Amino acid sequence: MKSTRKAYGEYLLEIGENPNVVVLDADLAAATKTDMFMKKYPNRHIDLGIAEQDLVGTACGLALSGKTVFASTFAMFMAGRAYDQVRNTAAYSHVNVNLCATHAGVMVGEDGPTHQCIEDVALMNVIPTMKVLSPADDISTKKILKVCTHTDGPKYIRLGRSDLDDIYDDSYEFKIGGSNIFGNGTDGTIFAYGSTVSIALNAQKELMEKGINVRVVDLYSIKPIDKDTILKCAKETKKLVSIEDHSIIGGIGSIISNILCEEYPKRLEKIGINDTFGKSGNWKEVYKYFGLTKENIISKF
Amino acid sequence: MTIEQLEEKSKEIRKDIIEMVYNAKSGHPGGSLSCTDILVAIFHEKMNLNLDNNGNRIDKFILSKGHCAPAYYAVLANKGFIPHEDLKTLRKIDSYLEGHPSNKINGVDASSGSLGQGLSIANGMAIAKKLDNAKGKVYCVLGDGEIQEGQIWEACMTANKYKLDNLIAFLDYNGLQIDGSIKDVKSVDKLKEKFESFGWYVQEIDGHNFEQILNAIDNTNNSQKPNIIIAKTIKGKGISFMENNAGWHGKAPSEEEYNLAMKELSK
Repeated sequence: MKSTRKAYGEYLLEIGENPNVVVLDADLAAATKTDMFMKKYPNRHIDLGIAEQDLVGTACGLALSGKTVFASTFAMFMAGRAYDQVRNTAAYSHVNVNLCATHAGVMVGEDGPTHQCIEDVALMNVIPTMKVLSPADDISTKKILKVCTHTDGPKYIRLGRSDLDDIYDDSYEFKIGGSNIFGNGTDGTIFAYGSTVSIALNAQKELMEKGINVRVVDLYSIKPIDKDTILKCAKETKKLVSIEDHSIIGGIGSIISNILCEEYPKRLEKIGINDTFGKSGNWKEVYKYFGLTKENIISKF
Repeated sequence: MTIEQLEEKSKEIRKDIIEMVYNAKSGHPGGSLSCTDILVAIFHEKMNLNLDNNGNRIDKFILSKGHCAPAYYAVLANKGFIPHEDLKTLRKIDSYLEGHPSNKINGVDASSGSLGQGLSIANGMAIAKKLDNAKGKVYCVLGDGEIQEGQIWEACMTANKYKLDNLIAFLDYNGLQIDGSIKDVKSVDKLKEKFESFGWYVQEIDGHNFEQILNAIDNTNNSQKPNIIIAKTIKGKGISFMENNAGWHGKAPSEEEYNLAMKELSK
């Protein structure tokens, strides 16, 4: 078990020997885990203090000078506080920058609603040319970051605070616009990303015991989205459910609905944060409070 | 170039600006005219526009007050980055010359337009040069109203922290913004003290005097601090009826006004 932010910190150490890599933070290095890089390569770790707009702008200036840049703060402050900078400085200039936002979603837990960003997928998805990725465990984080490192343009990588089950082994491949399917059941499909993939897999296991055979799709590439896989599952399976640690407005449920509406009209049940702010509490209790549980998924079948 | 030649160049650029805004039927003549001499001094006299071994321009330039794109595009055309005849396509649907600078345009180092963002980008470029031990300067032109944006002061602290003495910022201090005089809208007073207290090397000059502009740039060489040159300017400089008039911030001249402006610039 490992948090995706920790996996991110380890990835930075893996590629840190490359003198072209520069990592930026805004006074959250211990939380975003860029402190691991900072300790080993202090000259190439730029701490902007509590100034997220400046963080994004400075990151872009470095990237426009040819550096391989990773910039980190919490999702709330990257996608929220610095939205204009992400849109106008990073995306409009097509800057090759990796915006690695940690502490996404209500998974933040105890810090509560001000720090629980449940809008970042919607905010980033709507920016032209932005690529949005959300890994679900240790290995997928590192593999997705590797893909991002070698992909031009602005990227938003959504990372989480808490430890997640290991899902992937080294045999899995990740690509921009890709997804991974677990199982080939035809009774239904559970669409998930990030922290909800392991919840969906647990639900899949229990449903199987009840004789209901569903598949789980990890839509780790939120933009561009794997439309073909979504349509294939809509055609091949009976019931469709989405689950995400994000508002159901503008999240993966909305994204899937848009595709279904245009190409293969079919009902989708969305599980997510239903147009409300988050809640303080232990993250597992918060997930239960908002129905981000395997039990809630199972109840849909 | 001699001072006279630079002054002549500025006149050409100002004609281009009026021509562009007149053709586009929209745009920002006031601030474009106030920063013209600064841009001419930087591009025509000081900047090393060649590329280094990594494909990076040796000197870089960010127009943080991006709405003054007409002045920027005119200078880029004069330096051969874009065809001069393209200037008349500014803001047109089939043109690449967007209303605010886009780095898709040859010679533009970063897009700008949403105010307050350019200084952070310039810092990033200056830090990159430090990391690479690369020579060259990063120039950044700020509007005076623009520094009401908080991000500017975030960036000021960053430039101080990393001792970015390879950064030369100009403040185009024309004293006016859309809603009127800066004093009335929200004062940015005590500029010298403000920037000095943020750890910058501050110079105050007449932003329409080439000797002063060029000397100020030369003076930055040994400052060992991030540099700001507060250039007192006249909004609408060069066109009698536009000078010191906030109404010309973002308005195109009529045919009559256009003819009058071109006549004044031909004197």
